[in-house]
Amino acid sequence: MGQTALIMLGVGIFAGIAGAILGIGGGMIITPILTLGMGLNIKYAIGASIIAVIATSSGSTIAYLRDNVLNLRVAMFLEIATTIGAIVGALLTGVLDPKYLYLLFGCLLVFSSWNMYRKLRRGQEVLQRVEPDKIATKLKLNGSYYDKAEMKDVDYQVENVPAGFSVMFGAGVASGLLGIGSGAFKVMAMDTFMKMPLKPSSSTSNLMMGVTAAASATVYFFNGSILPTIAVPMALGILVGAVVGSRIMQILPSRWIRIAFIPILLYIGGQMVFKGLGVHF
Amino acid sequence: MADKPTTAREMAQVETIIGRILQVGVIFSAVVMAIGLVMFLATGHSGYPGSTMPLHMGAILLGTWQLKPFAIMMLGVYCLILTPVLRVIVSIYAFYKEKDHLYVAITTTVLIILIIALVIGVYGK
Repeated sequence: MGQTALIMLGVGIFAGIAGAILGIGGGMIITPILTLGMGLNIKYAIGASIIAVIATSSGSTIAYLRDNVLNLRVAMFLEIATTIGAIVGALLTGVLDPKYLYLLFGCLLVFSSWNMYRKLRRGQEVLQRVEPDKIATKLKLNGSYYDKAEMKDVDYQVENVPAGFSVMFGAGVASGLLGIGSGAFKVMAMDTFMKMPLKPSSSTSNLMMGVTAAASATVYFFNGSILPTIAVPMALGILVGAVVGSRIMQILPSRWIRIAFIPILLYIGGQMVFKGLGVHF
Repeated sequence: MADKPTTAREMAQVETIIGRILQVGVIFSAVVMAIGLVMFLATGHSGYPGSTMPLHMGAILLGTWQLKPFAIMMLGVYCLILTPVLRVIVSIYAFYKEKDHLYVAITTTVLIILIIALVIGVYGK
């Protein structure tokens, strides 16, 4: 009993640091560890991971708000899409076979590693166009953030708001369905579609994940998917990890962390796809 | 770009207010969860038969009053779930204070959707 608590605390610290840095939420890391590593039923794993997402989000957001990294207006506007999506996703859960959840989840992981690889190849860029996007200007979405690694304020513009909004709806559905923050989708919507720099994308994704997850977490909370013996020590670990991770993220060039995470995500994602297909090793 | 400095300063204030409140909420739920966990590990009893746990708000509050470890742990988890909701509520106030009516409307919309989700969560399944 004490041993399980200790393991979950450790898993939580790791997931919190990683989640806060990458903006992908603890869920992506927690669910595979609980199902593949500890043999927990996917129902409880999803319950635990949705709590993980909220803990990562709230823990890291404290620093990201104080240090002016995230974009609050972008978050608020896009949350309309993610919360509606989350309700739709959560209501679909009982309808689907866990097999498909594994498949979907595995594909999501593989997809996000591919997405990271692409970002790595492309390098970081900040959008500064002569003519700012009309919708972004109207919604006051253009912002600036302080980059501790480069030690300067970085101004940036936002574009393709409707495309970003649509991807966010999909991210919300995935979140409600799989119990993940689907941060990879969120980061992708902001970074790839809306051309935001990586650090504001990642930290804004962290902020948004919490709200998206809260929308579906109550469903899991009252249907008995959350085991306190697993969720509580894990959440405590994550809060500590996320506070630490949100500080590390700001001083590190995220390029290094990305390099480390591509193979990890690819490996776990591949394993879950195989499990979904019924292939065991 | 003319209004940028004002917008930036305004946002910094809004973010500071939200950050402080969020911190209080996170620390509170962490403390409640930690108390429940320590009690559970120290006594070895969850306060409930077998592997069951309280799943209604009434049962959780009653169990917390009776100092049952699982009830306290569940209460802490529930408080944690509410921290992002708290963040949205405080955001409405912060945007209102900075007279940003567009974002008062946007954030209120998010809150309404969230409340619908919470109601579905409690009564839906």
